[in-house]
Amino acid sequence: MTQQLHNLLNAVDVPADWIGLREVDERTTVRFIRDGHPQSNTRVKTHGIMVEVLVDGQFGYVGTNDISEKGIQVAAKKAYQQAKLAAKYAIHAFTDEARPKAIGEYKSPYKKTFDESSPGTLNELMVKASKVLKISDKVISTNAFAQIVDSKHRFISLNGSDFSQDFLMVTFDLVATAQNGTNINTRSAGGLRGLSRQIGAELFDEQWILRKAKEIGEQAVELTTAEECPTGTMDLVLAPDQMMLQIHESVGHALEIDRILGDERNYAGWSFVKLDDFGKLQYGSKLMNATYDPTYTGQFASFGFDDGGLKADKEYLIKEGLLMRGLGGKESQIRSGVPGVANFRASSWNRAPIDRMGNINLEPGDSTFDEIISSVKKGVYMESNRSWSIDDYRNKFQFGCEYGKLIENGKLTKTVRNPNYRAISNPFWKSLAMIGNHDTFKMYGTPYCGKGEPNQTIRVGHASPVCLFKDVAIFGGA
Amino acid sequence: MEQIFNKISDRLYSNLKTGEHLTLSLDGENSQFIRVNNAKIRQTGLVNNADLAFDLIYNNRNCQGQITLSGDYDNDYKRAVEELNCLRAEIVQLPEDPFIVLPENTGSSRASKSANGLKTDQTVDSLLPIMAGVDLVGIWSSGRIFSGSSNSAGQKHWFDTETYSLDFSLVNKDHKMVKGTFAGSDWNQSKYEAYIKDAKIKLELMNKKPVKMKPGKYRTWFESKAVSNFLSMFSYQGLSEANIRQGNSAFIKMRNEGKKLSSLFSLNEDFRSGLVPRFNERGEIAPEVLSIIEKGNLANTMVSSRTAKEYKVKSNNASGDEVLRAPQMAIGSLADENVLKKLGTGLFISNLHYLNWSDNIGGRITGLTRYACFWVENGEIVGPIETMRFDDTIYNLFGDKLEAVGDNIKINPEVETYFGRQYGNITCPGMLVKSFELTL
Repeated sequence: MTQQLHNLLNAVDVPADWIGLREVDERTTVRFIRDGHPQSNTRVKTHGIMVEVLVDGQFGYVGTNDISEKGIQVAAKKAYQQAKLAAKYAIHAFTDEARPKAIGEYKSPYKKTFDESSPGTLNELMVKASKVLKISDKVISTNAFAQIVDSKHRFISLNGSDFSQDFLMVTFDLVATAQNGTNINTRSAGGLRGLSRQIGAELFDEQWILRKAKEIGEQAVELTTAEECPTGTMDLVLAPDQMMLQIHESVGHALEIDRILGDERNYAGWSFVKLDDFGKLQYGSKLMNATYDPTYTGQFASFGFDDGGLKADKEYLIKEGLLMRGLGGKESQIRSGVPGVANFRASSWNRAPIDRMGNINLEPGDSTFDEIISSVKKGVYMESNRSWSIDDYRNKFQFGCEYGKLIENGKLTKTVRNPNYRAISNPFWKSLAMIGNHDTFKMYGTPYCGKGEPNQTIRVGHASPVCLFKDVAIFGGA
Repeated sequence: MEQIFNKISDRLYSNLKTGEHLTLSLDGENSQFIRVNNAKIRQTGLVNNADLAFDLIYNNRNCQGQITLSGDYDNDYKRAVEELNCLRAEIVQLPEDPFIVLPENTGSSRASKSANGLKTDQTVDSLLPIMAGVDLVGIWSSGRIFSGSSNSAGQKHWFDTETYSLDFSLVNKDHKMVKGTFAGSDWNQSKYEAYIKDAKIKLELMNKKPVKMKPGKYRTWFESKAVSNFLSMFSYQGLSEANIRQGNSAFIKMRNEGKKLSSLFSLNEDFRSGLVPRFNERGEIAPEVLSIIEKGNLANTMVSSRTAKEYKVKSNNASGDEVLRAPQMAIGSLADENVLKKLGTGLFISNLHYLNWSDNIGGRITGLTRYACFWVENGEIVGPIETMRFDDTIYNLFGDKLEAVGDNIKINPEVETYFGRQYGNITCPGMLVKSFELTL
């Protein structure tokens, strides 16, 4: 593939200041069993090349499905024309500094390939899981879902970049919906397809999956007789699978430098964070340490280089509550003058890279789970996101979870259904009062982060300990 | 690409083995995208793509595949044969699927619409000059989008069209914004420039002193776009028959508990505009008009042929994901010029943002106000409101609290591009409600 790509680049004949070819060859396989029967066994392959050129300070691109030599030559000429025509209106005059030379390779860590796990075996396991999920007649629907992505990326450029990245990623979910009269509740394995990571077929451990299926089925039934979550201002303890969403929406998107520069104002929105807040804004309490870490082994959005060629490194975004660094790739760093990270990413060959989240994690603290719970006089513990919404400045959010437990006088007591909370990002993070230790720290991710014009869905990872927030507006269902 | 699709279809079907049934579908685009920030170009480029999807049935088993087509027939046919052979190797390993629906030949169709749009080398100089002097941010999307469907029973459909849209926001110095979408097929430079000039005038309204709102319940007029924001949620854990049966729908209460919406509210699937293909990915033709909500009663849900077989109900040839493809809400009697007077004192909401079910089964939606939203007193606009969160139910907004529906129906074009440029729109009037709950 690499030599072929070199041949294609060598054949391009346009007087551009910089040319890059980014090839993506990706196979997604879905195994989906619903109520014990196959709902979908799907293989989706996408293969194409993003041809990008720099002319008079303006980048132009053509994402093409025609990857023949002639096809790439035509694409390069069109990309050149697009850039040339746009240059007089360019928002910034770039140089090839925006596409640093990068050489190397990255491979996802895994123990077992999927060649060792046949479609039949995987279907059989998921049918079994589906049967275990249906723990009683109250369970009216079950899902067992697995998505395997085998994605090969190659990038070469006129200024000497040459790197390859081979990803193997798995998303796995189990879902049970239970009904008791008019009360219907759904429970899943982490919400938002949260069990997403870079891993191989070793994820499909039968004992673990069947144990998890039993727990989810039982909790779905338990929710049908649970009380509504109470309404009031009280303490909130969030499990790592809800912290995933909390970090994503009220830290990750808010710190994207392209948003702060206004690129997203017509779609995803702006940010309450300003360029001059970096190094000054107290984003959260002193306990808050948020990192951008594309080097975290096995996390969903780990990689070696971003799609502009910037090498991936771990960086502190927020240290002891102070905002240190933004989520901006090289283009945004040049435009803004703000320190950034390697996060200039595209969803596939047919989209141009923009600032995206990768892995954004909250570093663990010192408290045990029991210490956190025992410190709460009145509050709610919540697991697994099911509803999310936040304003275009990333201020006013409202999130809902699948499963809640009352905390009364330092103890977890009754299960509650429809737990929701709402707050404003900056004061909410300042109310972070306790942060769990390594034993409470768990890694999640999701394939569904949407942003950009044209729109792009990208994979992100978030790891977090259990966290306690003080005095939050909590409420139940309709 | 139509010829390649037809040739691949014919050749694959002629070589199928005994007992095999195959449906092919194609979706693709030749698009130009120009991203604008502060009336300057942020990113510019073209995207050419074509995805060929396979649905193979054999011996009561079913699997699906998809590949990228390159536009070169020999190469693409080779890829298609390889994919079909992979599916053949896989299908024999799968469990039986009791809800398989075999492809049928219920007739073929072809619709192709060319337009006199901007050429890709004309776009920049046609769009940018009129933007001067204002902070405009948004996305230009244009070009051809196409879809095909065929099956081994002999059915064939083709649909292609050329469209454009400039979806944009204008921003004033206080960061207040108005939204615009200039969309169509044939380009008219003077109409475009008039549209932008009009948007600039609307932006001046945002210069009024902002009004800070408190949480509470407010009498509210929703402009057509805001109504379409609500209606878009009806396709997500909403009107799908499968979702209702499987306990994931806001309309379960209408089915199981006899809940009704307002008699002022009616909603159809209506394909008469011809802007959206009537065939789904299986090549099944939807009714030209299908009543979904009839004067507040649930008349029909979206039923795919697979759901129909599983639950023993009649299919209305919905797509596999059972979403609304051509929604059109019925008009009422409130004229545009009477809206502010009828509203009296309350909220005038033009757009909503980031909607999600906060309690899906309860029909409760949360989200935020966005763009040109105003506080109105005694029929006069006082000023733009700060962004507010709401949390309210469809059973209030489209039910007990619905007071009047506008008589001016508007087309809200689909501008999302996650899986390529999309067809269609949500067509609806505005509506007046007695109560709308703001929470934060």
